Amino acid sequence: MKPVSVEHMSIRFGAVTILPDVSFDVAAGECFGLVGESGSGKSTILRCASMLLSIWTGDVTIGGRSVREMPLNERCRTLQMVFQDPYGSLHPRHSIRTVLSEPLKIQGLDDRERRMREALGDVGLPASFLDRYPHQLSGGQRQRVAIARALILEPEVLLLDEPTSALDVSVQAEILNLLVRLREERGFTYIMVSHDLAVIDHMCDRFAVMQSGEIVEVLPREAIKGNEATHPYARELIGASLEYESVV
Amino acid sequence: MTEERPMLDVKNLSVRYRGTDTPAVRDVSFTLGRERLGIVGESGSGKSTVGRALLKLLPTAELTADRMRFEEVDLLTAPERKMLELRGQRMSMILQDPKFSLNPIQRCGLQIAEAYRTHVRCSKGEARAKAIEMLSAVQIRDPERVFDLYPHEVSGGMGQRIMIAMMLLADPGLVIADEPTSALDVTVRLKVLRILDGLVREKGIGLIMISHDLSLVRSFCDRVLIMYAGRVVETLAARDLDNARHPYTQGLLAAQPRIGGSRDELPVLERKDSWLEPAEERP
Repeated sequence: MKPVSVEHMSIRFGAVTILPDVSFDVAAGECFGLVGESGSGKSTILRCASMLLSIWTGDVTIGGRSVREMPLNERCRTLQMVFQDPYGSLHPRHSIRTVLSEPLKIQGLDDRERRMREALGDVGLPASFLDRYPHQLSGGQRQRVAIARALILEPEVLLLDEPTSALDVSVQAEILNLLVRLREERGFTYIMVSHDLAVIDHMCDRFAVMQSGEIVEVLPREAIKGNEATHPYARELIGASLEYESVV
Repeated sequence: MTEERPMLDVKNLSVRYRGTDTPAVRDVSFTLGRERLGIVGESGSGKSTVGRALLKLLPTAELTADRMRFEEVDLLTAPERKMLELRGQRMSMILQDPKFSLNPIQRCGLQIAEAYRTHVRCSKGEARAKAIEMLSAVQIRDPERVFDLYPHEVSGGMGQRIMIAMMLLADPGLVIADEPTSALDVTVRLKVLRILDGLVREKGIGLIMISHDLSLVRSFCDRVLIMYAGRVVETLAARDLDNARHPYTQGLLAAQPRIGGSRDELPVLERKDSWLEPAEERP
């Protein structure tokens, strides 16, 4: 288990500042949520932390070690990302075997067949799925494969970018259960982006509310139910979610 | 529902897309008066296909039904010329994502005015006035300014309100809203829904709301059809949703995490082949 610390992360695209200055800490083994409206920079934080974007300033440390200093191989074995849309994040012409074996080859790990079977088993898919292609799987199964791909290098930190928002509620329940179980078993540290506060409430211990690139408030999970936020935007967001649920 | 003849009467509608063996929609029957009907189901359950079939927007699909009637028009035999008269004017459709349903290179207001002039003979000035009036009806604060904006200059919530304005402008009798708020942030979702709901009630429009979100449908509809794999598995009044009998509906409701709910494992839907059998006769 490793803690994650984001210090003064800042990024600009041309004249537009996406993240002015973002800092937060995530304890080892915690599930930390990022919420906010679209365009508020939630996903950008994950893309910077995973070095998919490298032109940012500031630092992200995992277990005290900066992601910038880590060589690529070490970084990949420390943090992995699960993307929003399993229809877009798996190569349509690569079999599941190819998808899962690629990182093992790059890392020079042996015993690939066993590792691939284990990773699929961990996400509740049979080993026979190794020879399937993404179009032969349902959305939920694809997202399981994407999670298996993230697990296969045994990372410490998982960055989850709206892992269930492209899925139906019935399938979302399966994926959320899987993520909860994996965290209990492996002690992962999660940073989870979501726009659905009910999902955040179900998964996270604490969460940050973001507005136009800035964290306006960090709240514990318990603050959602009674809307104990103090910042006006955080109150509005939580209030809207509560209202949305309670009108039913 | 009123005693008079329902506005929309559909019996055993089936739709099969070209090149597939199994129909996307199978034997769907329902009627609609001046009320709000929700159609709910997972992706791929055929709910959007029903909406498109009603407007006959599926030229390549094979569409069969015992009956499909909208007011005095038999939709099954209506020629395309007749459908052109109906679409937009008497039945219209609000799509999911304003980003993709507005023309990106034309000012929002002109698109609304164009929609009006397609159905009503009037001068450009009148159409403009009508469009601005409608923009303020969807609670856009500065309609004159928004009229001249391009779609990329407006937010998602405003874009969807512009769509609603465009679709309600010709005073249609029936509006089909296909996931009208799924692309919007939760902070604006309720606002947009309330505006739509207010206009629909005020004008006495029949509404079909297609959604994957049971709780949304529950609060904005009178009646709900639950679809699974192209069939209607259950029809119930929105307020009775908690007493749903079909295991699929119960499963969908239970799988939704709730704020302040327990953190126990979420119940997962156990799908059964028997759900694909034709449902028993509905009231």
